Amino acid sequence: MASDAEQGQLQAAPESFLSRDLVEGISRDGINPGRRSLLQGAFTAAAASMVAPSLMADDDPDIVNLPSWTRSLGKPVVANPYGQPSPYEANIVRRQSPGLTRTDQSSVSFTPLQNLFGMITPSGLHFERHHQGWVDIDPRRHRLMINGLVDTPMVFTMEELLRMPSVSRIHFLECGANTGLEWGNVAVPTVQYSHGMLSASEFTGVPVSLLLERAGFDRKRATALLAEGADGSSMTRTINLENALDDALVAYGQNGEMLRPENGYPLRLVVPGVQGVSWVKWLRRLEVGDAPWATKDEVAHYVDLMPDGTHRQYTSIQEAKSVITAPSGGQKLLKQGYYDITGLAWSGRGSVEKVEVSVDGGRNWRPARLEGPILPKALTRFHFDWVWQGEEALLQSRVTDSTGYIQPSRAQLVALRGTRSIYHNNAIQTWRVGGNGEVHNVQLG
Amino acid sequence: MCSWARGVLIALLWGTSTTALASGVPEGVEVLGRPATDTEVIAWDIDVRPDFLGLPPGSGDVWQGEETWLAQCASCHGDFGDSNEIFAPLVLGYITEDDIKTGRVAALQDSAVTRTTLMKVATLSTLWDYIFRAMPWNAPKSLTHDEVYGLVAYLLNLGYVVEDDFVLSDSNIAATQALMPNRNGMSREHGLWSVRGEPDVTGSSCVRDCDVGTAVISSLPDYAMNAHGNLAEQVRDWGPYPGLWTAPDNMATDQAVAEVAAAPDAALNAGGCAGCHQMSGQLVGPDFEAIRARYAGEEHIAYLRDKIANGGVGVWGSAPMPAMPGVDDDALQQIVAWLISGDGG
Repeated sequence: MASDAEQGQLQAAPESFLSRDLVEGISRDGINPGRRSLLQGAFTAAAASMVAPSLMADDDPDIVNLPSWTRSLGKPVVANPYGQPSPYEANIVRRQSPGLTRTDQSSVSFTPLQNLFGMITPSGLHFERHHQGWVDIDPRRHRLMINGLVDTPMVFTMEELLRMPSVSRIHFLECGANTGLEWGNVAVPTVQYSHGMLSASEFTGVPVSLLLERAGFDRKRATALLAEGADGSSMTRTINLENALDDALVAYGQNGEMLRPENGYPLRLVVPGVQGVSWVKWLRRLEVGDAPWATKDEVAHYVDLMPDGTHRQYTSIQEAKSVITAPSGGQKLLKQGYYDITGLAWSGRGSVEKVEVSVDGGRNWRPARLEGPILPKALTRFHFDWVWQGEEALLQSRVTDSTGYIQPSRAQLVALRGTRSIYHNNAIQTWRVGGNGEVHNVQLG
Repeated sequence: MCSWARGVLIALLWGTSTTALASGVPEGVEVLGRPATDTEVIAWDIDVRPDFLGLPPGSGDVWQGEETWLAQCASCHGDFGDSNEIFAPLVLGYITEDDIKTGRVAALQDSAVTRTTLMKVATLSTLWDYIFRAMPWNAPKSLTHDEVYGLVAYLLNLGYVVEDDFVLSDSNIAATQALMPNRNGMSREHGLWSVRGEPDVTGSSCVRDCDVGTAVISSLPDYAMNAHGNLAEQVRDWGPYPGLWTAPDNMATDQAVAEVAAAPDAALNAGGCAGCHQMSGQLVGPDFEAIRARYAGEEHIAYLRDKIANGGVGVWGSAPMPAMPGVDDDALQQIVAWLISGDGG
């Protein structure tokens, strides 16, 4: 039956009963009065084909004709022992950007930010970035070693780590290369690909400071930590000891359950505010040292190329950034009237103080409404009331964080850093809403 | 870094020590965890720092390195480290004698030049460390210390940093570091290391009639709107913001064909096929349309089953197709049945 999905939504599943020419015309040029009447005709025809004895023009068939789920016995408990999203949400999945990487093991999948709500990313939609594939680790055989400048090199089992005093905190996790494709020009169509190496979770684990104290680290000499994974790449990153002692966690929990394998099961480092590559997954070892290690991802990658040919090394902090997630690139406004412009803001140096939204490309700004709780180094959801009257609009958001730092425009960022640095692009994003309602990724100048 | 003697000393003291733990550690937590043994630390502590702390003794020459390279590395990186098929090139030229003198690779200022690993890497320790811990790609940690020395020597030779008769060892590696072409190319003059660092760029606080350019200077051209697939199928399709229909027109007109032989998406995704193959247009491997055009017909079943299960190279290009053990028999059957079922549209 076509009735379940159609009424009230012009384009929900047009191919089911609209003519191909009409659909293509709408996709190409939007809905004009001629097409609108054709659409209405099609709806009427679809509705008429059902058993609807007393349906008047103003009656909604989805109300008058009781749907099947209202007239049948539902499914039993534990039909899905681990619950799954509705089949109607099947489009909302992690996706790869075609051609971005040439292997699936050293690759990225992006979080579908355009369709998420609130400040937490569902664990199954948390973006992935692996360097040599992901692994399934037996927690009984996993160990954490702490060595280097410590009184006693130590080994902990997972059982021991789960017995230790723990904390749960909500933090964002953003890849240093998020929005990296957009330095030079617009390269991708949607917020999933432009900003989707961003997720946020509640992480549960043991403070790194507690473990370092337990091992008796050398407070006088220690300046840095090496974090190392247990996967094939045994990926390593140097962590600023200041960050590590401040709020880093050795985490096993994510959103109330154990970490997902793609996110480091059974143990990962959480370094709030710092780029994702430092949140070493499948964490097996922390080494205390007095100098940075210049690991592969601190020398060949995750170094930011400046116009003079130098690379900035050990760039770690994710500076304040925001993006409108809906409406956003690749989407379409079907009707004029009220819209709740919404998006996310975050800062690796603190909390979100203010978000402003512009609908005219940055000429005029008005404050957005922040949704609580507003937590340090976490995502903050913002909203902005907007009445669209069919005019062309250039949507932007701009965050100010608790240090007073204001998110720069792309022009401001590029003026100093050039366009080839790949990493740490926190520029203001622009979405252009056309008169036909289509939303496109654009850059202004 | 291993401080083995120190570790032994501490381990001896451990049994009798009742050192009070620092304030952040609650009483009783000291029963959790145990001292690591020397053997355990040696087994895991494999990192090598820029000052070569942690570097194990050994040596290898350019010729040994080349031999190991051709056997273990060339299939992905190319015989001369210049392949761009699987990973970005490791070595491609662009390094001059002057760079080796100054320690700055001048070509990094040229946006037209492909940046290779050897152009960027400032520290020799990084090459040694990473090759030993993570290479080869499908069998990390299988190389001996001497093999790694040889491979590093070979890479440096490919970049004209050392001569053909060069032998790299733990005793000359520090001197060799002084030849690294981009050894002075890294900067830590930025505010992104510390959470309290100073930002280099700040935005504007202007809120009214701000002087900014609002002309669109970059957007996706129409022909690229489908590069990421049909956006209408990538967003919630019933909410206030449906996705734009960006599928090419011919996709719709062939709907009847598609219904007869719908792609086994689940099997293709589970098998990881889509990472290298897409429906239309060459990616790493050939596109499915081309494969289906070439292998329509039941006579190709055995051949395709073998290629998917066991991999191959050279049929469509130089990028190897790996064996796909993740494709189980059901999936294999579905995929092959689909591949032979049509002319690829």
